[in-house]
Amino acid sequence: MATLTIALMDPPYEAETTTTVLRIADAAVRKGHRVNIFAYEGAVNLTMKDQAAHPNPVKGTTAEEEDHPTTSRFIAGLLGTGQLDWINCGLCVDERGSGNWVEGVRRGAPADFFKWSQESDNTLVIGTK
Amino acid sequence: MAKILSVVERAYHGTLEEQDDTILWMSHILKNAGADISVLLRSNAVNYAVKGQDASGVTIGGIPLSNPPKLDEDVEGLIGAGVDTYVVAEDVEQRGIGRGELVDGIKMVGVSELADLFDGHDAIWHW
Amino acid sequence: MANYLLIESRDPFEYGDTRYMYNLAADLALKGNRVTLFLIQNGVLTTRTGVKDNPLDGLSEKGPAVTVLADEFSLRERGISQGSLVEGVEVSNVDSLVDMLAQADTKAVWH
Repeated sequence: MATLTIALMDPPYEAETTTTVLRIADAAVRKGHRVNIFAYEGAVNLTMKDQAAHPNPVKGTTAEEEDHPTTSRFIAGLLGTGQLDWINCGLCVDERGSGNWVEGVRRGAPADFFKWSQESDNTLVIGTK
Repeated sequence: MAKILSVVERAYHGTLEEQDDTILWMSHILKNAGADISVLLRSNAVNYAVKGQDASGVTIGGIPLSNPPKLDEDVEGLIGAGVDTYVVAEDVEQRGIGRGELVDGIKMVGVSELADLFDGHDAIWHW
Repeated sequence: MANYLLIESRDPFEYGDTRYMYNLAADLALKGNRVTLFLIQNGVLTTRTGVKDNPLDGLSEKGPAVTVLADEFSLRERGISQGSLVEGVEVSNVDSLVDMLAQADTKAVWH
């Protein structure tokens, strides 16, 4: 089985890239691979524990009916497989004040990303555009 | 009341996580709040008016996206709420989209007619 | 000779430099590399037959050996039917993308 490392920069709710990365991670985990994700800059907000579903007044639906899976719920689900390791860039977290994460997320630094890249079968770098 | 033209051009950025497009959504909310608002879909956002978009089937870490975005239905919802909703004809053609693929009630506007459309509104909100 | 996996998430309508990846794919293939151009997200907007000034046309002329794949979900999400695709584009998915990434000798580039 392979190990994949992904560096990601986009914040939640503003790009399709974040969902795509989670789709790729889900596919990799289902295939038995290990996935490392290094969240840099705005991507550290993907794991914030206090993200909450909300109602949709346009559709007239409640929060329960909307059943909005926040990015941190998706990530918590992936972490629950034991095959995903997630590191948030610590300095990026500090400048955003976004340190309350779902369980299993770790604080780290670019050196962790470099180490992962050396140990992985492949590394995918996804910048923000 | 001031007539507002809401211009949407950025498309499919965050729509899966939001379960909709935030500017279509806001335009609809503002209409419900009493605004006299029209929507112009240009650039990639013309694809929002294509019928049959299907973002179903996403499950991540065992968590399903049970209410995926239905952007064509959201455009139909805007039109149904009385929002004049336009697409730029040249942007549709450039993307190889046939006019028959678009939702009913959408209004086609040419690039040469955009100045008139802007002139017909008091405020242009170019998101 | 190397295996390249170029993942193009952008389209030529929103971004002015998309031809960069299509040209790079052709140039890498001309050097004898195995090249896959994987279109995903708005990158699949070039796959509709009838797209004006389509960079896929130039790619098929300059780099016919490049394999062009399009993510099935991204197509469906945009209402692009598989029957309307530009000739030569094959439908793929993220499961296959992972299979390619899992090959350690593959150079993966996201744009």
